[in-house]
Amino acid sequence: MGSSSSNMDHIPDAQHLMQETGFSAAHLVRLYERFDFLDKDDRGELRLDDFEAVSELAMNPIGDRIIRAFFSPGRETVDFPSFVRILAHFRPTDTNRTRNGRNGAQPEPANSRTNKLKFAFQLYDQDRDGKISREELLQVLRAMLEMQVTEEQLQSIAERAIQEADLDLDDTISFDEFKKSLEKVDIEHKMSIRFLE
Amino acid sequence: MDLNISRRAAALLILCSGFSLLCGCRGEVPPKPTGGVTIVPPIKPDNGPQAYPEAEKSNLPVFTMDYPRIQIPFEITLWMLLASFAKIGFHVYHKITIWVPESCLLISIGLIVGAIMHSVHEEPPAVLTSNVFFLYMLPPIVLDSGYFMPTRPFFENIGTVLWFAVVGTLWNSIGIGMSLFAICQIEAFGVQDINLQENLLFASIISAVDPVAVLNVFEDVNVNEQLYIVVFGECLFNDAVTVVLYNMFSFVAEMPVVEPVDVFLGVARFFVVGLGGMGFGILFGFVAAFTTRFTSKVREIEPLFIFMYSYLAYLVAELFAISSIMAIVTCALTMKYYVEENVSQRSCTTIRHVVKMLGSISETLIFFFLGVVTITTEHEWNWGYILFTLLFAFVWRGLGVLVLTQIINPFRTIPFNLKDQFGLAYGGLRGAISFALAFTLPDNIGRKQLFVTATIAIILFTVFLQGISIRPLIEFINVRRTNRNLGTINVEIHCRLMEHTIAGIEDLCGQWSHFYWKDKFMKFNNRILRRILIRDSRAESSIVALYKKLELQNAMEILDTVSGDISAAPSIVSLYEEKKSSAKPKKKFLAADLRNMHDILSKNMYKIRQRTVAYTNKHTLPNDSQTKEILIRRHTSIRRSLRPGSFQSTMVPKSHKYFSLPAGQSLDLKFPPARLSYTDDHETLSEVAYPTRRSRSGRPTRSSSRAMMPLRRLDTLTEAPSVDTVGDGGRITDHGVSRTNSSYSDSHVAPRRHLNSSNDNDSGSVDNLRNNHHEAPEEEEEPQPSSSSPVWAAEPRDGTTRNPLLRRPQWNPKKK
Repeated sequence: MGSSSSNMDHIPDAQHLMQETGFSAAHLVRLYERFDFLDKDDRGELRLDDFEAVSELAMNPIGDRIIRAFFSPGRETVDFPSFVRILAHFRPTDTNRTRNGRNGAQPEPANSRTNKLKFAFQLYDQDRDGKISREELLQVLRAMLEMQVTEEQLQSIAERAIQEADLDLDDTISFDEFKKSLEKVDIEHKMSIRFLE
Repeated sequence: MDLNISRRAAALLILCSGFSLLCGCRGEVPPKPTGGVTIVPPIKPDNGPQAYPEAEKSNLPVFTMDYPRIQIPFEITLWMLLASFAKIGFHVYHKITIWVPESCLLISIGLIVGAIMHSVHEEPPAVLTSNVFFLYMLPPIVLDSGYFMPTRPFFENIGTVLWFAVVGTLWNSIGIGMSLFAICQIEAFGVQDINLQENLLFASIISAVDPVAVLNVFEDVNVNEQLYIVVFGECLFNDAVTVVLYNMFSFVAEMPVVEPVDVFLGVARFFVVGLGGMGFGILFGFVAAFTTRFTSKVREIEPLFIFMYSYLAYLVAELFAISSIMAIVTCALTMKYYVEENVSQRSCTTIRHVVKMLGSISETLIFFFLGVVTITTEHEWNWGYILFTLLFAFVWRGLGVLVLTQIINPFRTIPFNLKDQFGLAYGGLRGAISFALAFTLPDNIGRKQLFVTATIAIILFTVFLQGISIRPLIEFINVRRTNRNLGTINVEIHCRLMEHTIAGIEDLCGQWSHFYWKDKFMKFNNRILRRILIRDSRAESSIVALYKKLELQNAMEILDTVSGDISAAPSIVSLYEEKKSSAKPKKKFLAADLRNMHDILSKNMYKIRQRTVAYTNKHTLPNDSQTKEILIRRHTSIRRSLRPGSFQSTMVPKSHKYFSLPAGQSLDLKFPPARLSYTDDHETLSEVAYPTRRSRSGRPTRSSSRAMMPLRRLDTLTEAPSVDTVGDGGRITDHGVSRTNSSYSDSHVAPRRHLNSSNDNDSGSVDNLRNNHHEAPEEEEEPQPSSSSPVWAAEPRDGTTRNPLLRRPQWNPKKK
């Protein structure tokens, strides 16, 4: 576990990060260690091949999308604050919302339901136009389903998915439609992991 | 009709082998059998008419026979064959193997053969001695379990596993022993002469659970992974505990008086034995791993090292009378990780297959003998004792599970609920180990026969009754399973996406290392151990190596399987055709469509990497189907990607440039040449595959002028065939079959003549390949120059929608 105080000195901007993301000090330390571990060349930031070295991600059908989500558009490296910010999406939702004395004016925490959904949405929406087009849906479907399913089955499935969700009939799924289609699903549990200390 | 014939054939087969066995089991000079088929002609001394020259003449004998010489190996082989025939026979009826576990069937066959032998007053082969069992039959079974244990989930649950194995077995033994001792005091049963030590000894024998059958059922019913791994692990480790207890108690049983010092020494001995076993195992494991580092020139004998070292670990542990089972299990665990990186792919496959085979044979033989011996030994039946044994076995197991779970649940991330506990308790079948231990009881125990009878009774009872009934029970009480809920299509897709995301993020965060010291161990492992023990060690197993290995495994396994789930497809296909013709602007989806869709989604979407357990059936090799899936898909996408023209689409989102190769570049050869040195020809096929993974990153800094080389190699692929999609009925053709037009491609894709192997001896020109692909009958593509960026998997394929039956473009490898 390490003594937090000394390790925390290595972490740039630790206090600010903690407040922004809601991670505790112990979490941050561990994440920093993990970041360090992934960062093979000790550069202080992660590049694409560092992500790809995680072999299990290669086995993940949408592994590349997940990796890409870490990189802000236009940037080729990920520094520690960005790393943590993305991971903050997956913190379990605080049931006790008064912990940080939040009021309505403050922005939603990274791990709110909406933000989790947004993360998922962006996994589909690669061109960031705010809508999931049929093509994007098809791509994801193909990644998850590629074997043994024919093209027209894929088309049918995508067609059906869009039909179900598309309320304004523009043949794409906007974020609100996406949110609505998942309203009965327990996103807080599905999109949370238990971070280690 | 076929079933009748095959049933008869199977029965006949079994009977024939039975008879042949009968005759094989005879003593030195086989007398004329009383009721069986004479297979062995009797050796006549020189009376009577003879077919061969008389002995007095001392001419060259033309025909002689010397049965005693080959008797022992002959008998062993016949027994093994018989047991294996029985196994074949079972699978003739599918229904049976679902409802009746294999162990039951084997025991039944053994019973039948035993009955036959008994009726002709024959003795069972004297092979089942203590030495034979513990030195020859047990190690393969344990090696099998140890080698295929899923390490990651195992280590995640190791606390629970050890808790149940050690403490649970102790609880069971002592509990049953004490209760039986109490029963023995009751005069009515006539077993007063059994003292406490002997009772404890007996109890330790029968408290070893062997849930082989149960594991099968758990898998089929898709029970939750936690339960599965705990049962599996417990089974493995309580063998060790039982043997320790047995040795301890048998030693103690011979002593007239037990002093407290002895108890204390017993405990100390327990630790010595357990930890010593593990220590030896780890030692041998490392030595084995180190050895395989240098075996690159002697590939053929690589598997030998694995077996020899594990067996050596076992024997050395036996030498010191410490737990040999623990030794061999830890040896296998330690070894596996490093060895599988060092040895060649073929050796890896060989090792796996041989380990499975040996384990399977041993297990089969043991159950078989159980059946035979049941009939042929003398039994001493004592109603009271035996019934109470059964009762106490149940009761104490149930209690034990209950109490232990209560204690351990707070420490678990996913606590066991009552149904899980029921599964755990009810799944406590007894099996091979108990049987062997009972048989090897020292003879100075007065009531040995009674113990043997009681053990056999318990085994039969639990295996038959519990084994058969556990399946309906589990389904009935609906043990918590990996659940699936049927929402809308949307929900299903999105939920699956989310699950994959979570799995990915967890991997990224290295979540599986739950404990700090495990993290430390992994670091130690990477820095020091891997450097020493692995030939070509890198800081971490890169995607390159992993992909390569899996690619090869996949390629080889495809040979054996025919895949393709065509059940759901036709309806959608026909539906699509129908709808297409009506050209409605918006499709209406019937309920049947939806069901089909759900079916397709649930069957075909990648299974989430099981976070805790990859089910490992005790009777089959591990299921790498998920990784296989991924590789197959990568294969097809790679092949497709080599047809750059066909995937042009105006709608390529900007971000897809991320995936595509930079213009003008092709597959990148980005692996160190050193790796090539220890690959044989067969393995080169994957060398081309994985560079693509690298280039998926689309990093423009990679130089690309090596385009020619990898593709040349591609052409010499005698490659695994692609998984042909639905319409072709999932045909898989063999390696190296040069694909001719007629045999492989669709009629709809007939004009692929250019892909024939006939014109292909200009092997290796990239342009040739690309041009060939261009001529494919996809009229909507513009013939693109090869410099257009081939887009990778998951890119839109407008072209193919117009040819509904034109699915995966077939990669037509050119024969070398």
